[in-house]
Amino acid sequence: MTDHEITLTVNGTDHELSVEPRTLLVHALRDELGYTGTNVGCETTTCGACTVHMDGEAVKSCTVLAVQADGERIETVEGLESGDDYHPIQEGFREEHGLQCGYCTPGMMMTATDLLRENPDPSREEIREGLEGNLCRCTGYQNIVNAVENAAAELDEPVADGGEVRWPGGEGE
Amino acid sequence: MTIDSMDPEEVDAADILGSAIERREDPALITGDAEYTDDIQRPGMAHMAVARSQYGHADLEGVDTSAAEEMEGVVATYTHEDLHGEDTPEGGSFSLPTGWLLDSLEQVDHPILADGRVRYQGDAIAVVVAEDRYTARDAAEAVSVDYGRRDAVTDPREALDEGAPALHGEDNVAFDWELGDSDATDEAFESASHTVSIDVENQLLVPNAMEPRAAVADYSPGSGELEVFMTSQNPHLHRLLMSGVIGHPEHKLRIKAPEVGGGFGSKIHHYADEALAAWIAKDLERPVKWTATRTETYVTDAQGRGHRTEAELAMDDDGRITGLRVDTKANLGAYLSTFAPAVPTWLYGTLLSGQYDIPAIHCSVTGAFTNVPPVDAYRGAGRPEASFVVERLAHLGAREVDMDPAEFRRLNFVPADEFPYETQVAVVYDSGDYEKPLDKALEMVDYDSFRERQEQAREEGRYLGIGFSCYIEACGLAPSELAGQLGAQAGLWESSLVRFHPSGTVTAFCGTSGHGQGHATTYAQIVANELGIPYDDVEVVEGDTDEIPHGMGTYGSRSAAVGGSSLVKSSEKLVEKAKEIAAHQLEADPDDIEFEAGEFRLAGAPDRSLGIKEVAEQSYLAHDMPEEMEPGLEATSFYDPDNFVFPFGTHVAVVEVDPDSGEIEFEQYAAVDDVGNQINPKIVEGQIHGGIAQGIGQALYEGAEYDENAQLLTGSMQDYAVPKTYHIPEMETDSTVTESPHNPLGVKGVGEAGTIAAPQAVVNAVADALEPFGVEGIEMPLTAERVWEATNGRATTDGGSPPGEGDDEGGEKR
Ligand code: FES
Ligand code: FES
Repeated sequence: MTDHEITLTVNGTDHELSVEPRTLLVHALRDELGYTGTNVGCETTTCGACTVHMDGEAVKSCTVLAVQADGERIETVEGLESGDDYHPIQEGFREEHGLQCGYCTPGMMMTATDLLRENPDPSREEIREGLEGNLCRCTGYQNIVNAVENAAAELDEPVADGGEVRWPGGEGE
Repeated sequence: MTIDSMDPEEVDAADILGSAIERREDPALITGDAEYTDDIQRPGMAHMAVARSQYGHADLEGVDTSAAEEMEGVVATYTHEDLHGEDTPEGGSFSLPTGWLLDSLEQVDHPILADGRVRYQGDAIAVVVAEDRYTARDAAEAVSVDYGRRDAVTDPREALDEGAPALHGEDNVAFDWELGDSDATDEAFESASHTVSIDVENQLLVPNAMEPRAAVADYSPGSGELEVFMTSQNPHLHRLLMSGVIGHPEHKLRIKAPEVGGGFGSKIHHYADEALAAWIAKDLERPVKWTATRTETYVTDAQGRGHRTEAELAMDDDGRITGLRVDTKANLGAYLSTFAPAVPTWLYGTLLSGQYDIPAIHCSVTGAFTNVPPVDAYRGAGRPEASFVVERLAHLGAREVDMDPAEFRRLNFVPADEFPYETQVAVVYDSGDYEKPLDKALEMVDYDSFRERQEQAREEGRYLGIGFSCYIEACGLAPSELAGQLGAQAGLWESSLVRFHPSGTVTAFCGTSGHGQGHATTYAQIVANELGIPYDDVEVVEGDTDEIPHGMGTYGSRSAAVGGSSLVKSSEKLVEKAKEIAAHQLEADPDDIEFEAGEFRLAGAPDRSLGIKEVAEQSYLAHDMPEEMEPGLEATSFYDPDNFVFPFGTHVAVVEVDPDSGEIEFEQYAAVDDVGNQINPKIVEGQIHGGIAQGIGQALYEGAEYDENAQLLTGSMQDYAVPKTYHIPEMETDSTVTESPHNPLGVKGVGEAGTIAAPQAVVNAVADALEPFGVEGIEMPLTAERVWEATNGRATTDGGSPPGEGDDEGGEKR
């Protein structure tokens, strides 16, 4: 199989790599580039563990071929922090005990940030709807919903230094 | 009652035990820093994939790996004939052992690569190793197999029928087992005023930990050391078992569980795949990685439950339970998995008294081999099945004697002043106060007004129902001597080592192996409290056989009760030694020294004191030690509890059922659990939530279904409904605290409580809602179709009949 040369901008860093036509984006990120924060739970678009942002929107990176992502901006869980500060969604998950084994968490957080960007003040129902593509076997979801609510409240607060809240991969950057 | 978590910095040292502090494991998990098995890379690492049986039952007439071998990038292929033990003095059985024996157990060979015959879809036939993941998978697909198909059987009852296709010997009986007094039980039924019965299935479930099983094995030919990173709930147990399977000496085998993405029992057992990866890494002298695809986890992870049960309850005129008789056919799958024989026997029959004072109980269980993957412990393991039987019968019993279901239960509870209470099924409940959670739960659902609301709703053509589950759970199976008498091929103690460093910080090593439960946090809370030092000064290490001397692992909700208690014991021993050093340096008698909040003080002379950290420093300087005392400050313990601990509680589901669509909606779910003292209430709450979600999953959505060829019809997350966000209602949780007298922490256990409690709360609620339709019960999962059939008189799923024609004998029939 002929390999393809592609470029991916992951969390702001450009990477050139060569991939097989069939290589999934998630495997390119994990195995080729070492962004192992993104997890694989099913490889068949059902669990959401592999969710990243591509060009500002949440996608399941097991449904995207690496070659399809050529030239795109990708944000992963590793890009959520700004400097030493956790993103409000990370704080939310931590404060609300929104994770146990943590395997679903990176994908949950990436979906949740996308959800909050589109709907900054979601109801609990809307949070559940927004996260329906992400499975968690540990938490029973209630504390995940709390975590997203917590983050929404935090994001609603004016940012102290007057700067803008950083949306991974999104407009706010 | 939602619990708010706290920043550990804001908690007084004296209050650290019992505080809902944020978890210290989270920073790595929320930033992507955490390392799971599949994240591990090694230079020169090859990838392994497994060619598996497509059929549930077949003879292997030919296995041809030549096409795979010819593929570019393929390193090696293996079939059964290629496994050999000549590299090691120990040989190697290349068969998976069973860790629990019963008197009548039929032990069967379980080769790690099939030896001429496959017995379930997913049975491993050949292995390929390639330079990368994709090539390995392609090559596994290129292995060509000629099958001679055999008839298959997947239901335990059918498997025991005469003439059923036999998997191993003449028939499919794996064991016959019984518990209790059959004569006394017969008598109870003869003199009973009322009886009710059920004929139910407790369906097979697929655990579905979000992280698939995986292993990375690396062998150093120079030292002979074989290192295996793997998704394990019990690395020491895996080391012992794997050592025998692949013939590698235990002391040169290192098993490490990196971050593990959930287990729920499925990562206790020793499977073929991890053993193959380890042995092949050694054979090839090259690191090997294997990661299951989700499809593989569906056909190879040990499944759970799988019971067919007939049970009946006898009552007197006043509604007192006088007897319980249970007969269960338990599905064991194709081979005996690690702890499989214990699950439908000692972990099931012993819980059949529930929260009730039942004077006569008899239980018989026949284990059946079938063409499904091996069946073993899945969250709750035996106890959910028992609680389901008892609480479904309690629901029907109350109805039969025309009592309120809550009051029927209250009448039959073991009274609070009768503990310790010896049941008729061989266990002694440590402590309990069953009315408290019931009362609290009744209040939470405002039961006083519920029946009126229900009545009104019915008049409007809406069907509300309330379901109770007063469950009992048993955790920390112990002591080891008893475990041995019951057939365990292992002790069930736990070991820990608490070590002061010269600078005054501490590392606590424990043989349990958490995989989401937050042990690093809770164990540090325990040790900081015992030693009177800051929480942040304690590091917790688990999950590595080279770092932790001994261990039995994490399952059966044992970690706090057994592992946590071991940490207390080690800490106490350490404090004992430190006290002698302190006394020596304070020139006092050790008996006159008091230890509190990290300080050794001379009684009556408060200014003469020494902090434990100073003592630690002194112990390593060793310049001035008591005579004949060795330097250093650390202590090890092997804690072997006197008994199980028995958490309990009441869960109540309130639902509305639409008889036209068959849809079920939750109005409320209230859970009151008594798990003894709580080390970290936020973590306890999380465990309850997750457990309930899995229990609701069983009640409403999940189930492994097979066709007549034993092919799994629900073999993916599209077909098997792992509950999604909107499937799980908001849960209201609260607790009562009844300490266990058996361990120094007074803790019970919480990992499985929700899963044990929830299914029958939901089923009872639906049955209550549909009482006007004569519905007594519906088989799980309660799909809309089944509910509709039950209410519309197409009763294939229950023994009920249309409104107005009650059916006394009914139960759940397929
Ligand atoms: S791994 Fe991509 S959705 Fe499950
Ligand atoms: S925290 Fe374990 S799967 Fe969500």
